[in-house]
Amino acid sequence: MTEILRIHQLSISPAQSPERKLVNQVSLTLARGKTTCIVGESGSGKSLTALSVMKLLSPQLRMQGQVFFQGQDIGQLNETAMQHLRGRQMGMIFQEPMTSLNPVLTIGFQIGEPLQTHLGLKGQALKQKVAALLEQVGIDPTRADSYPDELSGGQRQRVMIAMSIACEPVLLIADEPTTALDVTVQAQVLRLLDDLKNRLQMAMLFITHDFGVVADIADEVIVMFRGEIVESGSVMQVLQSPQHPYTRALLACVPDAEGKKVLQPMTYDWLTPA
Amino acid sequence: MTDILLQVRHLHKTYRQRTGTLGLHAHTIHALDDVSLQLKQGSTLAVVGESGSGKSTLARGILRLLPLDSGEVIFDGQDFLALDKSALRTARRHIQMVFQDPFASLNPRMRVGEIIAEGLVIHGIGNTQQQHDSVVQMLEKVGLQADDASKYPHQFSGGQRQRIGIARALILQPKLLICDEPVSALDVSVQAQILLLLKQLQQEMGLSYLFITHDLRVVRHIADEVLVMQKGKVIEQGSVETIYNAPQQKYTQQLLSAIPGHGLRAITA
Repeated sequence: MTEILRIHQLSISPAQSPERKLVNQVSLTLARGKTTCIVGESGSGKSLTALSVMKLLSPQLRMQGQVFFQGQDIGQLNETAMQHLRGRQMGMIFQEPMTSLNPVLTIGFQIGEPLQTHLGLKGQALKQKVAALLEQVGIDPTRADSYPDELSGGQRQRVMIAMSIACEPVLLIADEPTTALDVTVQAQVLRLLDDLKNRLQMAMLFITHDFGVVADIADEVIVMFRGEIVESGSVMQVLQSPQHPYTRALLACVPDAEGKKVLQPMTYDWLTPA
Repeated sequence: MTDILLQVRHLHKTYRQRTGTLGLHAHTIHALDDVSLQLKQGSTLAVVGESGSGKSTLARGILRLLPLDSGEVIFDGQDFLALDKSALRTARRHIQMVFQDPFASLNPRMRVGEIIAEGLVIHGIGNTQQQHDSVVQMLEKVGLQADDASKYPHQFSGGQRQRIGIARALILQPKLLICDEPVSALDVSVQAQILLLLKQLQQEMGLSYLFITHDLRVVRHIADEVLVMQKGKVIEQGSVETIYNAPQQKYTQQLLSAIPGHGLRAITA
């Protein structure tokens, strides 16, 4: 088991008010070929945690604690060194495929960009690699000259995935990659991500608010609430016997396809001990 | 036939799309292709399909927010498509809509109270005091507070905004509520709250829902009847139990197998 990522007591606060912890003492490790899901509602700090791994936090936020990527403390790295990691060793997929692609560049160019920058590919070799990537994510390679607006939402997300895995990173961070997609397309994209993770033996940090998705893709689960980890463990442990009341409440919200379950609204009673 | 609130027969809607060099070639897209449905008083009909299946076109067509090519919409015994402008305005009072995006569908420059009261003002119902009272009542009904009326939409979370959207739709005491993906932009935990609220309001106010969604998990928890659409056509319809337990069409089976959480069921069963 090769450790790819280790986050050690990560805390994030606004520079203006350091006593407010948006993320509080979060620690986790992630191994090659494994998927860890961070689950939580909006505002739980799950996206901030992911961004801090890439050192993409807004300058108005202060980060404490350490992030080790392949044993290296990224806190010690300068911006140039980070640029060599981002897109090369760490890939990231964002939630909104519409806003994260450049509308005036062809998808072929955008997928080729990291290959030019990091691997120095050009000409025919670049074209071939882009075509191979498109094929890998299930898009007809002849569409390399298309612009993002000519593609559907699911196809755009596939383009994002092709971009993020272009340089075969060891770590892939996916921030709610399927939330904006239709259910059928979501199922395809999840399968694709899982396939690629296995084939390239990547470590995947997958962020979501949907426990249904977690069950389909995760090895390990981390549940976050208001900046803190309230529960973590293997997917079996957490889903089968959730220990924390928040995890139980979050599970009770997920509608089931059988309609057997009585939906429960989210409650926070447990916050105030009786 | 009094218990059928909405009857839709043979709706057609086509769009022309230009393709090729300079858009010289045009072809026709059937957004709605012979769509028929009926909705019983007090029940919920879910329209399910992927993007591009025509489900939102259907909702807008019924409300006459876009012109239809042909077909019949009988609402509450009235031929909805034959109404003239002023009759339409009066009749629309009884059909209201809740939209998908709670961020885009509320005017950021209006106070919540004004947004909710607008329907009353337009239809000239009650004086200012009465309008204010109904707004407060409605806010409380959807789980917000009276003093929220003086706030602006940006002061609310996504789930709260969707409650405001529901309050705005219900202030005119409509008979039919068309919900176009009302929970798909929300977190799962907030989704459950809104679904439960919609169910509760349905019982209290005797509402009928036309519920548009791509999420079959949600359908299972809200609908009585389901209609599955693909590429503008109705390919299957029936009660929730029939559709889930014995889907006839391959496409419906595909939609069902795409539901996330097969693993969840296996683990928590």
